[in-house]
Amino acid sequence: MKTVSIEPHFQAWRKAARALLAEQCHPSDVLWSSQGGEDNGLLFADEIAQLPAGAPRLKVPKTFVRLAETVSAHRSGKQWALLYEILWEMTCGNDRRILSNQTDSRLRSLERMRATVSRDIHKMRAFVRFREVKTKDDAEGNTGEGAVENFVAWFEPDHLIVRLNTAFFRKRFAGMCWSILTPDECVHWDGTSITYTEGVEKSVAPDSDELEELWLGYYRSIFNPARLKIKMMQTEMPKKYWKNLPEAEIIEELINGSGGQVQAMMDEQQRPLKPEPRNAYLARLKEMDLKQAGSSTEKDLRAHDGES
Amino acid sequence: MNTLKKLEILADAAKYDASCASSGAARKDSTGGKGVGSTGGTGICHSYAPDGRCISLLKVLLTNVCLYDCHYCINRRSSNVQRARFTPEEVVELTLSFYKRNYIEGLFLSSGIIRSADYTMELVIRVAKLLREQHHFRGYIHLKTIPEASSELIAEAGKYADRLSINVELPKQESLKKLAPEKNVQRTREAMSTINARITETKADRKELRKRRSTAKKPIFATGQSTQMIVGADGSNDSDFLARAGDLYGNFKLNRVYYSAFSPIPEPSVILPLQAPPLVREHRLYQADWLMRFYHYGVDELTTADAPNLDLDIDPKLSWALRNRHSFPIDINRAPLEMLYRIPGLGVRNAKRIVRLRRHHGVSLEDLIKLRVNLKKTMPFMICVNHHPARLELSSSDLRAKFAPPPTQLEMDFSAAPVVASAAKNMVKQAGAEALHGEF
Repeated sequence: MKTVSIEPHFQAWRKAARALLAEQCHPSDVLWSSQGGEDNGLLFADEIAQLPAGAPRLKVPKTFVRLAETVSAHRSGKQWALLYEILWEMTCGNDRRILSNQTDSRLRSLERMRATVSRDIHKMRAFVRFREVKTKDDAEGNTGEGAVENFVAWFEPDHLIVRLNTAFFRKRFAGMCWSILTPDECVHWDGTSITYTEGVEKSVAPDSDELEELWLGYYRSIFNPARLKIKMMQTEMPKKYWKNLPEAEIIEELINGSGGQVQAMMDEQQRPLKPEPRNAYLARLKEMDLKQAGSSTEKDLRAHDGES
Repeated sequence: MNTLKKLEILADAAKYDASCASSGAARKDSTGGKGVGSTGGTGICHSYAPDGRCISLLKVLLTNVCLYDCHYCINRRSSNVQRARFTPEEVVELTLSFYKRNYIEGLFLSSGIIRSADYTMELVIRVAKLLREQHHFRGYIHLKTIPEASSELIAEAGKYADRLSINVELPKQESLKKLAPEKNVQRTREAMSTINARITETKADRKELRKRRSTAKKPIFATGQSTQMIVGADGSNDSDFLARAGDLYGNFKLNRVYYSAFSPIPEPSVILPLQAPPLVREHRLYQADWLMRFYHYGVDELTTADAPNLDLDIDPKLSWALRNRHSFPIDINRAPLEMLYRIPGLGVRNAKRIVRLRRHHGVSLEDLIKLRVNLKKTMPFMICVNHHPARLELSSSDLRAKFAPPPTQLEMDFSAAPVVASAAKNMVKQAGAEALHGEF
């Protein structure tokens, strides 16, 4: 039995897996761990270049690489052994079709992990909330042309997805400077390049933004109290995210107030019609209606004639 | 009036439009540019309101002043709602500052009709033009279009917008005449046809340029159009709604038809009494719509002449299966894919998986469990390797009883209860006006 301890990311697993394959190490003889033996992390670091002669084919389908890249972000650490088992079957086991076997239990586990990680990636894109940070330039009033705004967000992902999401945020927010801080690691964009730093605590992130008053005002107004569907909201926006969403603080207030609001609408007097204003455009609409009515009766008449 | 107050009024005025899609746009992003924004992936819902609707766009009206008198609408000229008006610059500023904080995917801009269709359309376009040209905004823009606006203006709107939409509001012209006298189905259909022609033409031109690997500038136009119908405001039945939806999907290739349950507004019209929103009916219409778009159901298969409304207790797919017991059980190891689509409890994805799987071996119940198929629902309607239900083991009415919820559980959520109570009161009061209410 061999214990392999790796850093919890795809590249580290790939290095280790390639080396293990080269040694024809059967999956049942390997115990994977990514729980932080950093000392052993580089165990196989230098061995990749020289695969022994007669080593198995290492070409695998792109879909497998993509699957592996995504599930590598899973925090459980259970993906490493599963990935290696599949890799083994595809290469040493010569079962290249295993990926299309929808009912293989290991693949299904990996697929579930992929779905979980993908969801986490998606939710990060949705629920990151940037807060503007005023820089020295702003304070001195240098906010003219070319002044770049700075934004900082705090997010707590379930899985190790910060790097998987970097490209998305870079492409979307190219024209501003931003940082996303998480407990795992932080990513920064200064308008030209991306850098990563170690994870931080929430207290480092800004705790307010003047604009949030408008955002909360919008959230309050776009809510329709006559169609309360709290469960639906919580399926898509689970409570665990609420602590970092500024709008979440008024959810309860909106729910509690909705019954009264609806009752007030139902009790409201019905409004009488107001006279039509004199307006050239409304007059034109009427003409168009008349013309249409005319032409359709004409058509009807013609159709009638044809029949008779 | 300050920005917050205006925003409150003009967002409140826009919330009855259910459209929220931010997907399906052409791929673009802000890399190397001065602005912000990207589109082209899946849509993102940045938040959810307690009404269960997603918030993905800043959805506002430019102004809620309106010449029209649509009785379901809070902004109609006969309403006493407080009026406000944004300048185009204010909307631009709001959109950008919301976008930069990652609150939204982009802007959904609509407007009350002021002065004329063209005048209003020009103002709406001005916002989109400022965003795109002055601020290099690459996020999503959805513009509400006025069917009576000139075709030049519609063409210009499509240059800046990712999506255009015109609401047909009600499925039949008679209903519009009563409830939205300024609107007209025929003119709406004509405008949709113009938009569709432009979308199709632009897509073809872009494809041709790609094929020739040409570096010429690609033409730009919105990539989709959608519409909305209000459910429960007029006497139209579900068959009317689905027929209109089928018309629009078929003739003008609409991306989406939204169904919005007519919901109480703070400014009730004397022409249209308020009632609880028919949320279950809205839900069944969405399900039926889904069947038309992804499961190849024909419009005329979803309802019947005897029952022109969808069954509120069971979903329309199960409903069709119960009406067509002679087609079941279906052998999932032999039947063509289109027939697998008809099995209740089996979705498009799993149907396709089964077709792939059955090339390797006969599909069994164990396989279906692994695919997480809803067996309880599926089993009476299908045959597989180790499951052969007697042909008519259970009668349709027995099956219906098995799947339909007991009547007391029909309520969607507890919170709607007070509304229903007062609606019932209202219904008694309005006993004579039933024809106007639909069947719900």
